[in-house]
Amino acid sequence: MWKWLHPYANPETTYHLTGRIIPWFSALTIALLTIGITWALLFAPADYQQGDSFRIFYIHVPTATLSMGIYVGMAIAALCSLVWQLRLADASAAALAPIGAVFTFVSLVTGAAWGKPMWGTWWIWDARLTSQLILLFLFLGVIALHNAFEDKTSAGKAAGILTLVGVINIPIIKYSVEWWNTLHQGATVSKMGKPSMSIDMLWPFIFCYMGFVFLIVVITCIRFRSEIISRNSMRPWVRELVLNQGVK
Amino acid sequence: MNPRRKKRLTIVASILIALSLVSGLVLYALSQNIDLFYKPSEIYNGKEGTGTKAINGQRLRIGGLVVPGSVKRDENSLKIAFKLADMKMPITFDENDPMITVKYDGILPDLFREGQGIVANGVLNTDGYIIEATEVLAKHDENYMPKELEMDGSKTSMEATAKGY
Repeated sequence: MWKWLHPYANPETTYHLTGRIIPWFSALTIALLTIGITWALLFAPADYQQGDSFRIFYIHVPTATLSMGIYVGMAIAALCSLVWQLRLADASAAALAPIGAVFTFVSLVTGAAWGKPMWGTWWIWDARLTSQLILLFLFLGVIALHNAFEDKTSAGKAAGILTLVGVINIPIIKYSVEWWNTLHQGATVSKMGKPSMSIDMLWPFIFCYMGFVFLIVVITCIRFRSEIISRNSMRPWVRELVLNQGVK
Repeated sequence: MNPRRKKRLTIVASILIALSLVSGLVLYALSQNIDLFYKPSEIYNGKEGTGTKAINGQRLRIGGLVVPGSVKRDENSLKIAFKLADMKMPITFDENDPMITVKYDGILPDLFREGQGIVANGVLNTDGYIIEATEVLAKHDENYMPKELEMDGSKTSMEATAKGY
């Protein structure tokens, strides 16, 4: 059943595959983000209540939802690495953590910049904001654990356990605005039924969102490749690669 | 699946289940304290669920909608007083709804207007159900639309009310 996946558990195959993917996805990312951001900032209509300030939505919402997405991806990789001891799953979890941390940080900063003019405050300890801050700390903890051990296997194990424990935070972030009274508003796009947004505002969002998705894919591939190289530096195929291409 | 992997999977799964149970229970126990604010009706009747009532002189946050026509500004200063009512769908205001008067002296956020969601932080005076606020924050909803659409929307909803829907 899993036979078709087996070649990709080989670091060398995966290294070359991701190398071939990167240029295509980079081009896609640049195209989507250029169209999306230009559309969002210049051509999308201003909001009836918030005016132009609402445009930060196009950065804030993708980074915030995708920071959770990255965490879930990292948790799945951590599970695979803990249970099936796949070395590559471990490498991908290590590759994802800093990207997730940056996305979480961007969502917090853009949220603060949006909160000041609209709500009247940079920060408030409401359930949504606090749980998102905890997500940032989880990412930082995972990064720290990956770097805390000389031996990559035990580092991966420790970081993997923290990652899996932290999964509890994800539904809390997602449903915080429904379970408790918060200053933060409810979900606009990711909810059942029709999004609470007019269609000419939604299209640029879809472009921005997909742009950020592929941005993550590209950066992950780049980091993943360097993780593979550094973890397999003693293998003959890596030596051959270095000899053929020269050390850059 | 080979037995060692099966064992590891069971361990990981049971740790996860135990942890989610524990955190679920903790959050349930804390649920009233995680709420950022009281609703106006909860000041009168106590918190939903637990029934904890706010006491006179307690510092708290209150959240609700600004009742249209209740905003009174002082001509010579920034002082302002307005009434808050519970948010309910669809948005309607009734004379008999529980209302809390908020008094504030300071600059209001841009989004402050009648019918808007507000969270105010201040000291409760249960004598007249008044809150002396030190901070007023605006809460906006998750709906975004262009100006022209909003005018169309309000027109149709007004027509709907006129027809008695």
